[in-house]
Amino acid sequence: MLELSSLYKIFNTGSTNEVNALQDVNLSVEEGSFVCILGTNGSGKSTLLNAIAGNFFPDAGRVILDGKNITKWPEHKRACHIGRVFQNPFSGTAPGMSIGENLVLAAKRGKRRGLGWGLTAAMVRELKTRVKDLDMGLEDRLDTPIGKLSGGQRQALTLLMSSWLRPDLLLLDEHTAALDPTTAAKVIELTEKIVCGGNLTTLMVTHSMQQAVKLGDRIVMMHRGKIRYDFRGEEKKMMKVTDLLFLFEELRRKDQLDPGA
Amino acid sequence: MTFLIGSITIGLILALLSLGIFISFRIFNFPDITAEGSFTFGAAITAAFITSGTNPAIATILAFTGGMLAGATTGFIHTRFKINPLLSGILVMTALYSVNLHVMGKSNLPLLNQRTLFTWFGKWSDHISGPGRIINLIGWSVTAADLWTLLFCFLVILAFSLLLLWFFRTNIGTAMRATGDNDQMIRALGVNTKWMIIFGVALSNGLVALAGSMLAQFQGFADVQMGIGMLVWGLASVIIGEALISESKLGLLVAGAVMGAVLFRLLVAIALRWGMNPNDLKLITAAFVFLALVLPGFMKQTKKIKLIK
Repeated sequence: MLELSSLYKIFNTGSTNEVNALQDVNLSVEEGSFVCILGTNGSGKSTLLNAIAGNFFPDAGRVILDGKNITKWPEHKRACHIGRVFQNPFSGTAPGMSIGENLVLAAKRGKRRGLGWGLTAAMVRELKTRVKDLDMGLEDRLDTPIGKLSGGQRQALTLLMSSWLRPDLLLLDEHTAALDPTTAAKVIELTEKIVCGGNLTTLMVTHSMQQAVKLGDRIVMMHRGKIRYDFRGEEKKMMKVTDLLFLFEELRRKDQLDPGA
Repeated sequence: MTFLIGSITIGLILALLSLGIFISFRIFNFPDITAEGSFTFGAAITAAFITSGTNPAIATILAFTGGMLAGATTGFIHTRFKINPLLSGILVMTALYSVNLHVMGKSNLPLLNQRTLFTWFGKWSDHISGPGRIINLIGWSVTAADLWTLLFCFLVILAFSLLLLWFFRTNIGTAMRATGDNDQMIRALGVNTKWMIIFGVALSNGLVALAGSMLAQFQGFADVQMGIGMLVWGLASVIIGEALISESKLGLLVAGAVMGAVLFRLLVAIALRWGMNPNDLKLITAAFVFLALVLPGFMKQTKKIKLIK
């Protein structure tokens, strides 16, 4: 489904702050797979997601989605196939616009937007039923500006928006990191429901090892712009938080022995 | 009374400017100074075409198109070359100054004895209400032609407000508003934000140019200086409109921008009548907008201090 081959990205090229954000990243994700991406701070997890979504073009390498080489596609063109939820709950919704308007924007993701009326009666009915599924009591508040909602509510709506039209690929970038534990748990529950319910191919960046252990069928660990570990199938199922912690320790030890690596 | 009706008519014409500034300032969040150039551009195009014998309606439509082109240029410079939006506007505004001189051939082009949209109304009014008919309006006598003109301007601005409102509720218009509100989000939903900005700024300047065109026809001349201060004028109108309605519903905001333009024009006309030096007009407008921008934050702070005490 998704094929990354020898992806490179260097930030601040030539300066003292040069960062090798992605170094020869190769990753192949099958249809319907739910991959958790773990990594230390600055390991390139978010950069990887941004490279797939098209926030920038990689310096080298190829991004292939569903057999199409999308390496040179601009972000908005890739959006036809990709749904996204950001780390910042404020990034995924337009605060000044109503819940209904935000959702109707998502209902047209990657489609031609013409002079047709946005919030038609039929659309409002569909919005209501699907928002009701969130079980947050938002279905009667479709006219409320989304900026008035809490971060958790906004993140839940962003999740709903990103999967409104079935995306070929769902990218979740630490989408619970900015939420309090209870809200985060709710959003994760919703994530599971949406991803598993729709059998969506998903990449989820997370800081939480509990989430990585509990969710998905594959764990990819990144460190310093490289993929260092990749567990799937039975191996992934056996993974425990302690195992992951141990691996992180090991990466850190190796760094101390060989700081240049 | 003629004075009052004239002021309201000009206010309604300038409401088009106010709607244009509303789009750039409130939808896209940047004060687009191209407006100062495109306002004159609209007037210049109309005046040049009318004096060369073109039908005034066509000359007006051409002015709108010209304004859109000017705006599209600003949007293109900003999005394609990643130049700060304000600077992009300044570049186009400056370039337009020369363009306007070329279009008009001189710095001032009178439209006296020419057919304009408004001479049509004079004739139309003579035709319907009888030549030079004076109407008694609640104790004041006004000419029928003035009333027809006022009605026409009102209908034009009503039509454009409704069109704009409808547009902002369509799929593409909703996406345009989202571009100003959260561009990261709307890109992730598959919208080419560059095109949205170019199109939006073009629309904004089209309206501004239309205001310039109609004002030139109403006052009977186009002048290369007439756009100076128009951005701040439009901002003042938009801000007054927001103060009038104090709600963030889109329909009310558009209505507010129109009412703000008319009210601001009335206030200025009255101040000038009372003997305000016309040379001070721009200074006072700028000071007004400055206060309107600063006061809300200042009042919040004093409220907080009071609460703490």
